[in-house]
Amino acid sequence: MKGKECLMMGNEACVEGAIAAGVRFFAGYPITPASEIAEIMSARLPQVGGCFIQMEDELGSITAATGASLGGMKAMTASSGPGLSLKQEGIGCAAIMEVPVVIINVQRGGPGIGNIQPSQGDVMQARWGSHGGPQLIALSPSSVKECFDLTAKAVNLAERFRVPVIVLSDASVGHMREKILVPDSVEIINRKRPTVPPEKYLSYDTDEPDGVPPLADLGTEYLSHITSFMHYKNGFPAWTDLKVTDALVKRLTNKILWHKDEIIALERYLLDDAEVALVAYGSTARPAKAAAAMARRKGIRAGLLKLMTLWPFPGEEVKKISEKARTIMVPELNLGQIVGEVERCACGNSKVVGINRVDGALLTPEEILARLEEGK
Amino acid sequence: MAKSKSQSALLSQYFRQQVLPTTWCAGCGIGTIMGSVVRAIEASEIPPHRFVFVTGIGCYGPAGQYIRISDLHALHGRTPAYATGLKLANPEVYPILLMGDGDAASIGGNHLIHAARRNIDMTAIVMNNHNYGMTGGQYSPTTPQQVPASTAPYGMLERSFDLCKVVQAAGGTFVARTTVYHVNQMVTIMTRAILHQGFSFVEVESQCPTYFGRFSKRGSPVAMLKWQKENSISVEKAREMKPEELEGKIVTGIFVEEKQPEYVEDYYRLVARVKGKNSAKG
Amino acid sequence: MSPKEKKKAKAVTIHEKWCKRCGICAEFCPGKVFSFETGQIPVVAHLDSCTVCRLCEMRCPDYAVSVEEVSK
Repeated sequence: MKGKECLMMGNEACVEGAIAAGVRFFAGYPITPASEIAEIMSARLPQVGGCFIQMEDELGSITAATGASLGGMKAMTASSGPGLSLKQEGIGCAAIMEVPVVIINVQRGGPGIGNIQPSQGDVMQARWGSHGGPQLIALSPSSVKECFDLTAKAVNLAERFRVPVIVLSDASVGHMREKILVPDSVEIINRKRPTVPPEKYLSYDTDEPDGVPPLADLGTEYLSHITSFMHYKNGFPAWTDLKVTDALVKRLTNKILWHKDEIIALERYLLDDAEVALVAYGSTARPAKAAAAMARRKGIRAGLLKLMTLWPFPGEEVKKISEKARTIMVPELNLGQIVGEVERCACGNSKVVGINRVDGALLTPEEILARLEEGK
Repeated sequence: MAKSKSQSALLSQYFRQQVLPTTWCAGCGIGTIMGSVVRAIEASEIPPHRFVFVTGIGCYGPAGQYIRISDLHALHGRTPAYATGLKLANPEVYPILLMGDGDAASIGGNHLIHAARRNIDMTAIVMNNHNYGMTGGQYSPTTPQQVPASTAPYGMLERSFDLCKVVQAAGGTFVARTTVYHVNQMVTIMTRAILHQGFSFVEVESQCPTYFGRFSKRGSPVAMLKWQKENSISVEKAREMKPEELEGKIVTGIFVEEKQPEYVEDYYRLVARVKGKNSAKG
Repeated sequence: MSPKEKKKAKAVTIHEKWCKRCGICAEFCPGKVFSFETGQIPVVAHLDSCTVCRLCEMRCPDYAVSVEEVSK
C-alpha cells in the first residue's frame, strides 16, 4: 500500500481518516479529550475546500453536521461522553431522517463531568442512548491506525446505510501517539443518489431491496421532504398510520441488521483451540492480546476476539466461540456493558465473566493474565 | 420584482391542493403567514427549488406538506443550527426558518442568537402567538405578564422577551416585525428579508384563537386581528412616543437593515485563501 | 390601464371544502363584498364593490378565497 509514514495522535488519525474518506464538514464544541479533533479539523478542512464551524453547543454541533450532510457534504462531529449525552436527540433524529453523519466519542470517566481519564462507559449509551433506540453502528478503535481506518470505515458505512455511525474512541487511544502508514487513498463509498427524474423522487422510497432509500441533496431540483416524524415514502408525516409506522421502524433496524457482513469488523487471535477466550475492544484489546500470548506461554490455551464493531453486536461470532471455549472473559473499563451481550449470545454454552476497571487507569496485561490464571 | 399573482395561480404553482384543507384551527394565523411566505418567494424571483423550509416543532411544523418547497422538519429549537450546516455545505440554498415563539426563543434561544451573531444568510420567521399552541397553550417566553396559560393558571409571572430586541442585540442585520393583519406589509417585509444578504429575522404577531385567544380573552380570530390592527404602531411613529404610551402595543416595521459581512461568504474567502497558500507552497 | 381606471372582479369564489368559516375575509374586506353569518360560508353579496385588492385572498388562512379579475 502506498502512503506516508507519520507519527500521529489517535485524535489526529480520526481527522485524517475522515478527510481521506471524503468528509468536508465538521461542527464541534470543545471538550476534553476530544478537542484536538476540532482543532485539527479547523486547520485541515479549509486546506481541502471543506468547512469547519465551532458551534455554540453540542446540540448545535450534531444538528449542523446533519444539516450539512443534507446539503451534500459528508459530515462529522466529535465529543466525549457528556457531549454524546447532549447529542442524543440529534442522533436519533438523524437516524429516522436517515442522514449519513459520523460522531466520534472520545470516552472519558463518568457519570456526570466525571474525569478526563479513559473509560468505556458509553458503549450502551451508543446503542440505546437515543429515544426510541434506533439501530446505529458503533466502531471501536484500539490503536492510532485503527482510529484512521475505522473513522474512514465509519464515513463509508454512514453513506452506505444513510445512518449515524459512532466511533467509540477513548482518552487513551485518542491521545496516544504511534507511527502509522497513512495511505495515499482509501476506499470511498458515496451515498446512493436518485436515478429517477425529479418529479418521481420520493425522499424515503422503500422499494430499494437493501432497505436504503436514495438521498437527494436539499436545495436542488429534487424536491425533498426530510422529517423526524413517522413518515410516508414522500416524507410527509404519517401521524396515525399504524402500518406505515410499523414498516418504517422495522426497516430502519433491518437495513443495518440485514447487512452485518458489510459492517462487522473483528480480529480473531488464537481462538481455534482456545479453552478460555477473551472478548475485548478499544483500550482493553491490546492488553488482552498481550495477556493471551503470555497465558499461552504458561500453557493456558487462551485466545482473543477483538471487536472493532460493537453495534450491531457480532453475536454469531461470540456464539461460535462459546461452543468451544469453557470460559469467556470480557475486560472492560466499566462495570460491564459488553459482557451482558456476550452472555446473551453465548446462550449458556460458556461461563462468562467480566474483568472490570473503573478507576480511570487502563487494565494491564498482567491484571488480565492473573484473571486468566484464576479462571483456569 | 414580480407582480403579485392571484391566489389560483399561486395555488397551482406552489400548493399541494390534494391535501388541503390544512389541519390548523379555524382562523389560525399560520395559514396566512405561509401564504405570505409563498408570495415573498415568488416576489424574490429566486428559483423556488433553492429554498428549503427548515421547520421546528409546533403547529406550523408540517407547513411543508402543503407547499411544493423542500423542507427539513427536524428538532424543536434547532432550526438555526440545521440551517447553518445546510448553508455552509451548499451556499446556493436559501433556508427559510419557520419557528414559533417557544421554538425560537425558549429551547432554541441559543441557536437563534448565534445564527444572528454570525450573520449567516438565512431568513428566520417567528410566528409569535404567545404560547405553545400545539401542546395545549402553555406559557412561552413571549406570553404577556398576568395573562393565564395552561401552566400559568394564576397568570404569567415572568417578564416576556421582545424578540426583535433580542435578535438586534445579538447582531441580526435585518430585524422586522409585522402582524397577520398587516398582510401586505408582511409580504413586503418577507421579500426584503429574503433578498437581504445576511441573517434576517421577521417576527409575525400571530393569533392562536384556540388557546392564547381564550386565555387572554382577546377572543375570536376576527377579534384578534382587530386587536392587531388597533394596537400596532409603526416604528417611525413609535420613535416619537414615550415608553408608557407604547405599553401593550406592537411596534411594527423594519428596525434594522444593514449590510455586514456575511459568514458563509467570509468562510469561503478564507478557504480560497488557505487553498491558494497551500498550492503556492507546492 | 390608467391610474384612474379601477379594477373590477369577474368572480369571487370560496372553496367550500377548505373554508373554515372564520369570517376574516368578510370582516376586513374594504368593499364589504361579503355577507357573513357565524358558522356559515361567507356569501359574495356585492361583487361590484370588489376592487381586486386581493386582501381576502392574502388573509384567508385556508387559501379558500379566489378573486378573478375582469380581463382588459
